Amino acid sequence: MEALLKARRLSKIFGPGCSLCNESTGPDFDTNVCPHCHSVVACNAVDFDLYPGEVLGIVGESGSGKSTLIKLAHFEWSATDGEMTLHRSGLPAALAELLADKADQYTCNLFGLSQFQQRQVRNALMGIVYQNPLLGLRMNVSSGGNIAERLLGAGWRHIGKMCDRASELLEKTEIPISRMDEPPKNFSGGMQQRVQIAKALSNNPLLLLLDEVTTGLDLSVQARVLDLIRSLQREFQLSMLVVSHDLGVINLLCNRTMVMKHGRVVESGLTDQILQDPQHGYTQLLVASQL
Amino acid sequence: MLRVENLQKNFNVKILGDKHIPGCHDISFQLKAGQFVSLSGPSGAGKSTILKCIYRTYLPGSGHIWYDSANYGVVDLATVSERILLDIRNREMAYVSQFLNVIPRVSALDLVMEPILTRNGVSYQEARERACHLLQRLQIPEELFEAYPATFSGGEQQRVNIARAVSWKPRLLLLDEPTASLDVKSIDRVLELLTELRQQGTTMVGIFHDPEIMKKTASHIYPLQ
Repeated sequence: MEALLKARRLSKIFGPGCSLCNESTGPDFDTNVCPHCHSVVACNAVDFDLYPGEVLGIVGESGSGKSTLIKLAHFEWSATDGEMTLHRSGLPAALAELLADKADQYTCNLFGLSQFQQRQVRNALMGIVYQNPLLGLRMNVSSGGNIAERLLGAGWRHIGKMCDRASELLEKTEIPISRMDEPPKNFSGGMQQRVQIAKALSNNPLLLLLDEVTTGLDLSVQARVLDLIRSLQREFQLSMLVVSHDLGVINLLCNRTMVMKHGRVVESGLTDQILQDPQHGYTQLLVASQL
Repeated sequence: MLRVENLQKNFNVKILGDKHIPGCHDISFQLKAGQFVSLSGPSGAGKSTILKCIYRTYLPGSGHIWYDSANYGVVDLATVSERILLDIRNREMAYVSQFLNVIPRVSALDLVMEPILTRNGVSYQEARERACHLLQRLQIPEELFEAYPATFSGGEQQRVNIARAVSWKPRLLLLDEPTASLDVKSIDRVLELLTELRQQGTTMVGIFHDPEIMKKTASHIYPLQ
């Protein structure tokens, strides 16, 4: 089987950047701020492959570059360097043409596309769930409307069908259909998170990005959201990138895991191996720090 | 089918000031399809380490673990890509841990059904029947089928654990003291199941503390110092 998504040399530097940035930051120097030009190296030369139906976890402390990676993959920030390509077999015809490099099985570097094209790719192929529902939802628009907005972006035009799709998804995510016309600001945190998941799934994404989705929810709600994600992943064979600082979440969801520190991937492997036989000192500390 | 060559594993604990802890070294043994090798040795001799290395829960230090995979031919489980290893785990290789370590909030029946459903490609109804049958054979009371195993007694948990691993008839089964917390009657049931599985072609590597059980079930014994 071939990778669905390939990322190579993903880098993001905030600040002017200089030739010494890469060699003077990272876990060995215990900082991600370049001492020469004071730029912040948020992530540097990150490589990964994501396979169809696979869940890849990214762990690390705050500021290690986990979310940066998600934001680069979702085209929210532009990468300083690196490339990201998708396997063309899974793409809808219109996009496969747009991204055509006739002979190649993979698309061109998606970071090289225009903003408009990136938006097209995002609307058609990606779903994202943020830690903060404010980022993913319009709080004053009805829940159904939130989903319809996303469907419009993905090219849907039939109102009736969009309504059906919205109620189908809200039912799947255990939001009572009778509250479909209420805006998410009326909902509890856990419900908002589930509306966000429904919205992210509405366009049948090839790739689902989860950024600390359970952080800040209380335990029983956390469990429900995680169970929901697990069952949806099974049902739709979703390929997911899961960012979390919680090893329990990673253990529950992910097949493989990358550990990040100061913008670098310090270790990657099968999730049970990372948790039971961590190689890097930082990972050992992380595992030993588990409550 | 499986050939372990000079397997060595050390743990390098960096948070204890780069402390080296030896796991196992100079391990070489092999088994043919349908055989049952039992690893024997005192506590701390590295028996579980070997099993975990085969399953890649531990990253082998050096040496080779040649495995004749149905899908990929002969591969070295010590170095093969994570992708292939995950696939082999999904299609061919099962591991029974010393303690039940599963997803919370999933009922016993669902736990046992899940591998049958995803790996054997049978209908929901058939998977359910097979899982029920297996749990009955292992004497899990029927009222516990829909309960969460986290609330079970130690012996019941271990039996669910075994049921989950044998339910889908893996090609290679790794058993880490599957009978440790069971009473005599349950042990007999488990051994009966294992014997049956072996007759159906599953190759096994196991660890048993009780020499009696070891002699009864294993076709070969590999002693460790």
